[in-house]
Amino acid sequence: MKLLIILPALNEAKVIGQVLTEVETVAAKLPIPTEICVVNDGSSDNTAQVAKKEKATVLTHVINRGLGASLSTGLEYAKQIQADFAITMDSDGQHDPDDLITVLTPLLNNQADVVIGSRLLQPSGQMPFLRRINNQAFNLLTRLLFGVVTTDSLSGFRGFGKRAIQLIELKTERMEVSNEFFTEIKRHHLKFTEVPIKVIYTDYSLAKGVKPGNVFAILFRLLLRLVR
Amino acid sequence: MLAFLPVQIVFSLFLLFAASRVWLRLKDGSLTLANFFFWFGLFVVAIIGVFKPELTSVVALKLGINRGSDAVIYASILLLFYLIFRTNVLLENLRHDLTKLVRTIALTSLKKK
Repeated sequence: MKLLIILPALNEAKVIGQVLTEVETVAAKLPIPTEICVVNDGSSDNTAQVAKKEKATVLTHVINRGLGASLSTGLEYAKQIQADFAITMDSDGQHDPDDLITVLTPLLNNQADVVIGSRLLQPSGQMPFLRRINNQAFNLLTRLLFGVVTTDSLSGFRGFGKRAIQLIELKTERMEVSNEFFTEIKRHHLKFTEVPIKVIYTDYSLAKGVKPGNVFAILFRLLLRLVR
Repeated sequence: MLAFLPVQIVFSLFLLFAASRVWLRLKDGSLTLANFFFWFGLFVVAIIGVFKPELTSVVALKLGINRGSDAVIYASILLLFYLIFRTNVLLENLRHDLTKLVRTIALTSLKKK
């Protein structure tokens, strides 16, 4: 059995070294062999070099294609290396690597094909107010458009079993991918569960992610995705 | 003697120019036959409308609209919305193809190392 940890990264040279060191430390304690893969999405800084120095597998997009495209590339790589499990997490240090085991456990126990690490299942009160409103709006959207109930549709901490890795086919390429995962869960009747995760907000990580103003652009692209 | 309004001359010249571009695009192979008929037909109908505006009123009355010019504007807006939608879908498909190419390069570059 093999686990692939996928970290999509765009201009994260400042923090990715530290993030990878922490992920490696936790990965070494996991019960199955683990490979760490950074998808460098056309970064203009030296994200790729820093990641290589940390002995991660680096897949480089020659031009920026967006979060969804990076996750697709990571999942495609998981198929190629016949990984049994794949976990995606943010490379900006927002996720606590200790939660890797929390996300992996339902997959190992065959309780789910897809696991979402939810920041709001046991909220620690750290999520800024605007982000919480934004998240609620997207949760509602996911429920209305795809009929899937979730507490954190925008979470980047996700786990996938082999069946999910094989079946999920993403078409969106940017931030709207977070919601598209739920279309795929529904379309392929994948077993889905949520587990609580911690979230570490810093000024650096707060500057990233889905902004409230992006809601309409994301909605439009999701609707396009439905008709394509 | 036939007398044309200035607007008829300007519009018809522009529409003839547009129709000629459609013909050239068909000749250089960048337009399919179906697309040629759509665009060429559209510009020919527009030219007819410019010189025989009373015909638009006949169509308008059949559609329950009082004035021919209103019918032309409504139809144009509908067509523009549809074309914008089609262009967006086309752009999304192009983006998707570009991403596939970028992904293939990323994965094959890794294999080569």
